Amino acid sequence: MAETAHKHPSYMAIFWYLAILTVIELAVIYLPLPKFTIGVLLCALALGKAALVAMYFMHLRFETRTLGWVAITPLAIATLLVFVLLPDGFAVLKTTEDAKKPAAAAPAKH
Amino acid sequence: MSAATPHVAVEPAETPLTPESWGKLGMWIFLAGDAVGFGTLLAAYGGLRATSADWPNPYSVLGINLTAAMTFLLICSSVTMVKALEWLGRGDRDRARMFLYFTALGGAIFVSCQAYEWSHLIHEGLHINGNPWGAALFGTSFFLVTGFHGLHVTGGVIYLLAIIGVVGRRPDPAASYNAVEITGLYWHFVDLVWIMVFTFMYLL
Repeated sequence: MAETAHKHPSYMAIFWYLAILTVIELAVIYLPLPKFTIGVLLCALALGKAALVAMYFMHLRFETRTLGWVAITPLAIATLLVFVLLPDGFAVLKTTEDAKKPAAAAPAKH
Repeated sequence: MSAATPHVAVEPAETPLTPESWGKLGMWIFLAGDAVGFGTLLAAYGGLRATSADWPNPYSVLGINLTAAMTFLLICSSVTMVKALEWLGRGDRDRARMFLYFTALGGAIFVSCQAYEWSHLIHEGLHINGNPWGAALFGTSFFLVTGFHGLHVTGGVIYLLAIIGVVGRRPDPAASYNAVEITGLYWHFVDLVWIMVFTFMYLL
């Protein structure tokens, strides 16, 4: 049987890790840190939790490498998509800021 | 040449890529596709938010107490899911079904909490096309992403109830082990996605 072939991890230990990481996440947002640092910390904690779920609850750690590649591909695609969107996003932001500027700068010029 | 030769050439019986269970590989491929869907939604959300000048502060507008409890509930339902599989592996069909019921119940409570949260926020003025706090796209993306996830949870509850029936109809516990493990993959994926949604849409 498959279930006897690989030993089950301690699911309760994973549960406590997930619960503790969630509490840390909730605490992090109130820390007196720069917004960027809080963002990086939250992303790292979320990825850690997601990895715990995938590796142990979804048994990815005990599967063949092929399934690992299947699982990691969407993450790579989504990350790439962020970079694809960035230039367009910043162009929009610049247009918005430029539209505001002339109104404020115009009186000073004349 | 014998008639069997081409078959052997086209479809070798076993390769290093042959999975232990084709059903499991099928579910992983489906989940990878679904993950691209969620990844796209979250990446688009990030893009919209990063370039918006008046994006509301999510955790002060949405409130995170209920959502934190919902996150905890979903993690608990993942634990009951693995417990169900564990009991099925030990040959105890009744305990396995009981834990599957707990999992489905966790999902049902989660969706109910989400319905309550939505109605509360709509009442406060958060609509799909505007809100009193800032960028209109805040509401659009919130309802789209949490709604898409909520549909997945609803689908998961139906899937779980169907699998409980399958386990009940098969006298040999080993006969439904693979089906329950595949259901578990879907359920843990829904939990995993919520971990991301909770972080990106509520906490960040």
